[in-house]
Amino acid sequence: MGFEKKIVIIGETRGCKIHHVTYELTSKAAELAGKINAEVVTLVCGHEIEKGDLERLFKTGAHRAVVVDSPELVLVNDDHYLRDIADFIKSEKPDMALAGATPFGRALVPKLAITIDAGLTADCTELGIEEGTGLLLQTRPAFGGNLMATIKTPEKRPQMSTVRPKVFKINETYGNPVNIVKKDHIPGKSRIKMLQTVKDLEQVINIAEADIIVSGGRGLGSKENFALIFELASKLNAAVGASRAAVDAGWIAYSHQVGQTGTTVSPKLYIAVGISGMIQHQVGMKSADCIVAINKDPDAPIFNIADFGIVGDLFDIVPKLSKIME
Amino acid sequence: MKKVIVFIKQVPDTSELKIDPVTNTMIREGVPSIINPFDMYAIEEAVRIKEKWGDTEVTVITMGPPQADAALREAISMGCDNAVLLSDRKFAASDTWATSYVLSKAVGKIGEYDVLLAGKQATDGDTAQVGPGIATWLGIPCITYVNNIEEIKPGYVKLHRMHDEGYDVIEIEGKFLLTVLKELNEPRIASFRGKMNAKKAEIPVWTAEDIGADPAKIGFMGSPTRVVKAFSPPVKQGGIKISAEEDPSVPEKLKSYLREKLII
Ligand SMILES: Cc1cc2nc3c(=O)[nH]c(=O)nc-3n(C[C@H](O)[C@H](O)[C@H](O)COP(=O)(O)OP(=O)(O)OC[C@H]3O[C@@H](n4cnc5c(N)ncnc54)[C@H](O)[C@@H]3O)c2cc1C
Ligand SMILES: Nc1ncnc2c1ncn2[C@@H]1O[C@H](COP(=O)(O)O)[C@@H](O)[C@H]1O
Repeated sequence: MGFEKKIVIIGETRGCKIHHVTYELTSKAAELAGKINAEVVTLVCGHEIEKGDLERLFKTGAHRAVVVDSPELVLVNDDHYLRDIADFIKSEKPDMALAGATPFGRALVPKLAITIDAGLTADCTELGIEEGTGLLLQTRPAFGGNLMATIKTPEKRPQMSTVRPKVFKINETYGNPVNIVKKDHIPGKSRIKMLQTVKDLEQVINIAEADIIVSGGRGLGSKENFALIFELASKLNAAVGASRAAVDAGWIAYSHQVGQTGTTVSPKLYIAVGISGMIQHQVGMKSADCIVAINKDPDAPIFNIADFGIVGDLFDIVPKLSKIME
Repeated sequence: MKKVIVFIKQVPDTSELKIDPVTNTMIREGVPSIINPFDMYAIEEAVRIKEKWGDTEVTVITMGPPQADAALREAISMGCDNAVLLSDRKFAASDTWATSYVLSKAVGKIGEYDVLLAGKQATDGDTAQVGPGIATWLGIPCITYVNNIEEIKPGYVKLHRMHDEGYDVIEIEGKFLLTVLKELNEPRIASFRGKMNAKKAEIPVWTAEDIGADPAKIGFMGSPTRVVKAFSPPVKQGGIKISAEEDPSVPEKLKSYLREKLII
């Protein structure tokens, strides 16, 4: 049948598993590919990737999966990954290349853009095809979500974007035939030495990708009281977030901080407990689908953006909520 | 003499950003400029490295309009030794690809260095691409999201890189660029002497020609990406607000609200 164009997904792996953002992007690419008659190729670099995960790529819209397998790819050394990915892009010459806007993608793809001389739009939240030209339209927030910009790459190829996880839905209805191709890892030197990777046990679910986040602020008053937040979060199967004030007080680790100098999140539900909602906090969470605020000060700015605000004492309300939620 | 170079960007202070209620667009006029918050941690770390190593010079660089001079002086007041302003009409409208090229050429003009530091991302563009871009142009390793430096010596660093599930422990030998997070340190307040140094400092302005930049790689023409449209997202409004004192059944109300919305 012959494809006219090609879209590459730069896949991401965690241990032997493929990261969900790779399926999300494969599905989105399949949708875009329909408009421009493109082949969808997902590149997966890692070690001993599960067969079931690879096969799932074809359900989610891939026409071909290219697997680079090497023990050198177990820990994420950007240099080793970059060599394999750059070589792949140079030989395949795709029109578009997409990666997740995860710590992995945000570190690697800017280096790739310089290495292969291509443009890159970071952190997209919408992708489309321009009528007539077939160019990729990349829409992304700037200024902490106060402004949206649509960007395109007229000349250089591939047109590249990193895309926030959980923005696009995984569509498992494609059912393309399984077509897995192996590609050799390119060995080489690196001055980066990966000693080990350490898991943060507190961070059971990470905030950037959680559907529900329960966040605590200075209103909690102490580290011990943060247990209230953890309890409600576990009832809702949610991740735990925090304001900068709570992080600065040492009640919880920085990796939980939401806001301008922390992480930007866009969950389905964000519950702000004892957080005043200063602008620097708001820029990190106001794109949540639903915001719930619990604060004893009826004039707290968080109420200006809360879909459901509760004016009251958190020490009274949060335990009650934990009791009735499951 | 050892050398640390820090990249900073002047950005509008987001806490002062207002949205025009009629047009729903961002009002930028009259909004004060600040040093990008993440870059404050890069400046502080550079000064700490200098204090630890001795015989070290910290140079701070920005590419921007003439007003960006103020940001550089603020960095000097915090302990940086000297600064360079990259300012030229030809740089205007550079995207991250072109910006990182310009900054790498400035490093080339400076010549020798041991450590390069940048912020994790700038709060205007939020791209986080310029740091890794500079390093790649220069052909040196770059580690992003650095939240802990265990040990740093000329030509060596052992650090932690934050990721979604925890952190990696990484070692590098030779020159490198790091992009840093807030957790790394607490930026100092400028001292009186620092402020005097900032006032007195002579800050050279370098143009595209000064750094030997290829005109085809800078500014609008050198940028692979084009902004075709900018628009304001819908403004978020407050909704239901209930006082728990007046209505003790509010936890149940919240639960049914979330159920109705199919969130839980
Ligand atoms: C450059 C810069 C960057 C920043 N980046 C960030 C960032 O990334 N993230 C961030 O969060 N902040 C950031 N900030 C800080 C921000 O401006 C606020 O200071 C911070 O968010 C306040 O945290 P908070 O809401 O927990 O504390 P507070 O503002 O002190 O609010 C505590 C709230 O708890 C309520 N409360 C107290 N007791 C109770 C009770 N018993 N029951 C119910 N409610 C109660 C109070 O009414 C109050 O509204 C930044 C600031 C600057 C200058
Ligand atoms: N114009 C600039 N001049 C100097 N440094 C910059 C400039 N733009 C970005 N940077 C650096 O790159 C980092 C990331 O910026 P960005 O890629 O724009 O999010 C910033 O924190 C700065 O350290």
